[in-house]
Amino acid sequence: MISRKNKKKQENNPFYDPSLKRRHSSAKRFKKFTLTSLIFSIAFLAFFLFDIIGKGIPAFNITYVKVEVNYSEAAVKDYRKAVDRKYRNIISRAWLRELPLIIKDNPSLLNTKKTQWVLADDQVDQYIKGHHYRLKRKDRALIDDMKAHDLVELKFNSIFFTQGDSKTPEYAGLYSAMVGSILTLIITMLVAFPIGVMTAIYLEEFADDNKFTRFIEVNINNLAAIPSILFGLLGLAIFINLFGMPRSSPLVGGLTLALMTLPIIIVSSRAALRAVPDSIRQAGYGLGLTKIEVTRDHVLPLAFPGVLTGSIIGLAQAMGETAPLIIIGMIAFIPDAPGMVTDAATVMPAQLFTWAGMPEKMYIEKTAAGIMVLLSVLISLNALAIYLRKKFEVKW
Amino acid sequence: MSSGKGRTKMSKDNKVKIKVEELNLWYGDNHALHNISVDLFENKITALIGPSGCGKSTFLRCLNRMNDLINIVKIDGEVVIDKKNIYDKDVDEVSVRKRIGMVFQQPNPFPKSIYDNVAYAPLKHGIVKKGKECDELVETSLKKSGLWDEVKDKLNDPGTSLSGGQQQRLCIARTIAVKPEVILMDEPTSALDPISTEKIEALMLELKKDYTIITVTHNMQQAARVADYTAFFHLGKLIEYDETETIFVNPNNKKTEDYITGRFG
Repeated sequence: MISRKNKKKQENNPFYDPSLKRRHSSAKRFKKFTLTSLIFSIAFLAFFLFDIIGKGIPAFNITYVKVEVNYSEAAVKDYRKAVDRKYRNIISRAWLRELPLIIKDNPSLLNTKKTQWVLADDQVDQYIKGHHYRLKRKDRALIDDMKAHDLVELKFNSIFFTQGDSKTPEYAGLYSAMVGSILTLIITMLVAFPIGVMTAIYLEEFADDNKFTRFIEVNINNLAAIPSILFGLLGLAIFINLFGMPRSSPLVGGLTLALMTLPIIIVSSRAALRAVPDSIRQAGYGLGLTKIEVTRDHVLPLAFPGVLTGSIIGLAQAMGETAPLIIIGMIAFIPDAPGMVTDAATVMPAQLFTWAGMPEKMYIEKTAAGIMVLLSVLISLNALAIYLRKKFEVKW
Repeated sequence: MSSGKGRTKMSKDNKVKIKVEELNLWYGDNHALHNISVDLFENKITALIGPSGCGKSTFLRCLNRMNDLINIVKIDGEVVIDKKNIYDKDVDEVSVRKRIGMVFQQPNPFPKSIYDNVAYAPLKHGIVKKGKECDELVETSLKKSGLWDEVKDKLNDPGTSLSGGQQQRLCIARTIAVKPEVILMDEPTSALDPISTEKIEALMLELKKDYTIITVTHNMQQAARVADYTAFFHLGKLIEYDETETIFVNPNNKKTEDYITGRFG
């Protein structure tokens, strides 16, 4: 039914379309919907980053107090006697515990007195940072008094990067978890990269397209979607129970994560190999080159950027993985950095998981700071992947 | 059609380079080549013409066993070169391809430097050693393909930086460098402009002094210009094979005449 008004418009304009207005408004509506979703996701991301950075930044500084330390014989026997009684509640016990060891290493310090900056207790730190704290009134008055005399200071928290986990929050650091992560990922890459790339080469370049290879292909794709905790159970059953490898060790963790990373590397390497134009292979065969020569010298170099990108993304994913490592025991309280791949170790995300469950308030900011470290490593890995792809990409 | 069609009475003084006997080829269930028998002559250019899908490219690829790369292909018959059937069980297809080089429709240089494009295969085959010997081979190959003057100052540039016609001549140089006896060309000029095409054709005429050339072409004028012999394929069968002049001026078969005069194809 065309109204009279529309009829008139139609006469003036042969291209007149009565549904035009409706079409335009629906297009506009659709555009708005999509834009809203984008804004939502950006807002969530921004909120997350803002929250994490806001909570994490304070952890990079930690409170020190300037007190007189007495390196006496009594202090060697009872470390608490190294400082005056009134300071005992505001000074980190973990720091004091180290005193006898320091004296043992430097005997010349014995029977000397030194006024120096000493790590403060976590409650003092929280009080100075203006967070929730629990201090006796007497200790708070002492801190206020010391602060007035510039004897309290926030210094860069090097402990966070040089110490392992600790039950005393101010002495807990990410160092041993970082070492654990590095050792684990080295194992992961040493196992997953060659096996994954070789599998991809076999499936793309050598295997016939038959029921068996299709069956393998479907299973590899499924493997990439399996909940990661199942890989942990697999690692527990095979590597620890069957092969008797030491539990909680980077060796077992790395092998478990390698199982998880394999499908990612295989799938991305296959895609990269498939993207190499067939004309290159034809050219090689036309010159009487063997399959190995064609694959190794002409196909692989072209596929290499893609293979590398896939592997680094797989590595990044393995690095952020916690669930399978919980199963194989890499979540335990491990204060010392592992020296070998068979030592007990923990990894960064597992360390964050542990801290997040701690009751002491200071662990909150440590967790946030740990997330920042983890995120920056992941972002650097992804940036590296992009850089390498650009660098090795052959202009076509 | 009798299987003796390709056995022409012509020119007794020509030496047969490749003797094809009763060649049949199947892609799965699809019978793509029917009983092809033909003698291909040394130091001549033979053009294979015919409408799309007639099997001329497939036939060309039988001559250096490139069809072996496709799993579903089944081949029956003989291709005899130097008294040896290349489909015999004791013949390795890689060594066949060393002696029978191939140039493709799309120029496909390796994503390496111009120098490496030419030098790679001879070095792998042990034809030359790295160094001066190899430099010389690269130079003579590029000279033979008429590319030397254009690239002698930029041998380290990537092969893909050249123009299409130059790339195709680079591919020819690469093929020559392996020192083959036969060069197969699969529509070598169909992706090129007229000027590059002219250069390639001149090059083919030059190369036939040293090599036996078999070329597939869609361009009948090209066949008429460069080929000594022409074979007309239709629906997987070799319809007619004779001297190019005979094919174009006085064909025996009605189908050939129809195709040549553009009534189909």
